[in-house]
Amino acid sequence: MTKRIISILMENSPGALSRVVGLFSQRGYNIESLSVAPTEDVSMSRLTLTTLGDDEKTEQITKQLNKLIDVIKVIELSNSVFIERELMMIKLKATGSAREEIKHCVDIFRGQIVDVTPTIYTVQLVGDSDKLTAFIHAVDETAVLEVVRTGISGLSRGEKVLSL
Amino acid sequence: MENLSGGDLLTRALTDVGVELIFGYPGGAALHIYDALFRQNKIKHILVRHEQAAAHAADAYARVTGRVGTVLVTSGPGATNAITGIATAYMDSIPMVIISGQVPSARIGEDAFQETDMMGVSRPVVKHSFMVQDPSEIPIIVKKAYYLASSGRPGPVVIDIPKDMTDPNQFFEYRCPNTVSIRSYTPTVKGHGGQIKKAVRAVMAAKKPIVYIGGGSLAGQGPELLTRLVKKLGVPVTSTLMGLGAYPGTDEQFVGMLGMHGTYESNTAMHNSDVILAVGARFDDRVTNKIEKFCPDATVIHIDIDPTSISKTIAAHIPIVGSVESVLRDMLKMIETSGKSLDTSALNSWWQQINEWRDKHGLYTQNRFDTSGMIMPQEVVQAVYEVTHGDAVVTTDVGQHQMFAAQYYRFDKPRRWVTSGGLGTMGFGIPAAMGAQLANMDETVACFTGEGSVQMCIQELSTCTQYNLPIKIININNQALGMVKQWQDMNYDSRYSEILYEDSLPDFVKLAEAYGHVGMKVTKREELKDKLKECFAMKDRVVFMDIYVDPHEHVYPMQVPLQSVGDMFISRTERT
Ligand SMILES: Cc1ncc(C[n+]2csc(CCOP(=O)(O)OP(=O)(O)O)c2C)c(N)n1
Ligand SMILES: [Mg+2]
Repeated sequence: MTKRIISILMENSPGALSRVVGLFSQRGYNIESLSVAPTEDVSMSRLTLTTLGDDEKTEQITKQLNKLIDVIKVIELSNSVFIERELMMIKLKATGSAREEIKHCVDIFRGQIVDVTPTIYTVQLVGDSDKLTAFIHAVDETAVLEVVRTGISGLSRGEKVLSL
Repeated sequence: MENLSGGDLLTRALTDVGVELIFGYPGGAALHIYDALFRQNKIKHILVRHEQAAAHAADAYARVTGRVGTVLVTSGPGATNAITGIATAYMDSIPMVIISGQVPSARIGEDAFQETDMMGVSRPVVKHSFMVQDPSEIPIIVKKAYYLASSGRPGPVVIDIPKDMTDPNQFFEYRCPNTVSIRSYTPTVKGHGGQIKKAVRAVMAAKKPIVYIGGGSLAGQGPELLTRLVKKLGVPVTSTLMGLGAYPGTDEQFVGMLGMHGTYESNTAMHNSDVILAVGARFDDRVTNKIEKFCPDATVIHIDIDPTSISKTIAAHIPIVGSVESVLRDMLKMIETSGKSLDTSALNSWWQQINEWRDKHGLYTQNRFDTSGMIMPQEVVQAVYEVTHGDAVVTTDVGQHQMFAAQYYRFDKPRRWVTSGGLGTMGFGIPAAMGAQLANMDETVACFTGEGSVQMCIQELSTCTQYNLPIKIININNQALGMVKQWQDMNYDSRYSEILYEDSLPDFVKLAEAYGHVGMKVTKREELKDKLKECFAMKDRVVFMDIYVDPHEHVYPMQVPLQSVGDMFISRTERT
């Protein structure tokens, strides 16, 4: 079982997302993360989904997704070279010497501090999932107050495009 | 062009897609639609007695005609009552459109009276669903729904219509294109040429081939093409419960149904085969038994219109996505132009082997049940088969009687066998018989049922009265939930947990009479044939035959659980 990233182009219509999500629970597949938004053509949405599975299971998942009437195209990104990004915002307790330490860490990870109070830093970080996780481990865990991650978005490298 | 209300747009659109018959039941949210129906005369509506029956009847109508069945129900309880019937159609890939009334748009989400999220509730058991959000969209949605229901792998499609969408005081232009296309839906019809060539090569090189057909082979010209191919190759053919009739059941090359209650010869041939040509079948668990032990020597060729069916349970060596019709046609052409045939001596010894299996434990080469005591359920089916000259449209309920019917009523023609295979829905039999009868009033329609199942939709006897649907109900009365009892006998030391009725069964003869029908009780073997003749001679009456049979009989063969396809109990005392 390895992490699989599936990219879906689908109709931006009511009920479409619930059909995708419903399929996963109905067939006993798990969803690790999910991110979805309309594309440049607002009649379509692009959805990136990560799940765990072996080859057979992933093939069955992509076939089942393709069978949904609202789904236009499906590819498994993790089948070839691809780029993945995730955005994280993390609220950290930042007082005294911790303020400098956190700022240093944010610089190393090429993040940005996007909100500041006398006791709090809110940090924004973009990267692949492992980088975001590494940042969480890098800061003092007692300082972490809140974490919000968007889930992975991704696309293929090179010429390959997922479009109508 | 005149403008129409949403209700009239709907009936007009339904007429335009060729709907002649609707099975339904009215209620508040569907009232505008019912009024529109009242004001037209092209579509006939059949008022059932329970929405489940509407769905089953429409489903059976679709199975026997090959056309889309249509259901109309109200919101809330009307919609939820239909769900069992929708799920039944979904599991067996039956084309059906279900129109459900919904509370007015402005009330949705407020827990309004009779509000149920039909889109949500039906989602896992439909091919697709629509909610009407603008009345002018009704015609195009109807068109899309019928297209989706009947193309690719068929299935049920729901159209949920909030009440305000059919407001009789708001008018819209009727606009509908002649054809619809859906950009995200393009079923693959034509099979890949290279794959077909590979398949043909594998079949032609086979020494112990078998053709395994399922419900998918009934589509379009599937049965004719299949018969031509099987005849041309001279190979054995077996069928799932769903595929019965796609290949002539009395033909020499047909080795019977396969699977849990398949014949000894078909399961044994499957297990020993070297090439399996699967046509519109889906390697269901009632067929494969334990996946890991499935047909160890076989190269699997799998033809199916639905890619998800391929390699879902059994990995296909040669997958072919496409319609059965198109792929079989291409295969035939390739085989016919090559002028080649299978290795005759290998095929002869394969047949010799199969015929030995037939002689040893075959269902049709010998009497496999005891005829010294009470009437046996198998002989009831045999007797009905003889009396109807094998030419009835047969519907069933679910249980032992269903399996006996599948084993002993041999269908030479397609679309005459109507049974709930995938979902196994008790209560299906009578409403299905109504739908089948309405599809053709001249046919003899027989429903094999059990005293358990028949009580799940017994209220439909009233519908039969109203519309003069002269179905023949063959109640194989074993005074128990026989199939459950069989499992309790085999796996629970005959601890009969909740399968007996303790003398509470109704007098079915009086019950039939109360609905205005004829009822007959049969308990003696000597009377069976004559009473059945009497029954089927009453062409214009519903006849309820309450036939008491041996309550201890089991269905055999039966695959031994968790073993191979060919591992079977042949009788209470014999195992392969
Ligand atoms: C709606 C529904 N409930 C429960 C079952 C489980 N079940 C399968 S067969 C069976 C017994 C059916 O009894 P009967 O109709 O008398 O048929 P028999 O097996 O006795 O021929 C039951 C309860 C089912 N298939 N459908
Ligand atoms: Mg019974």
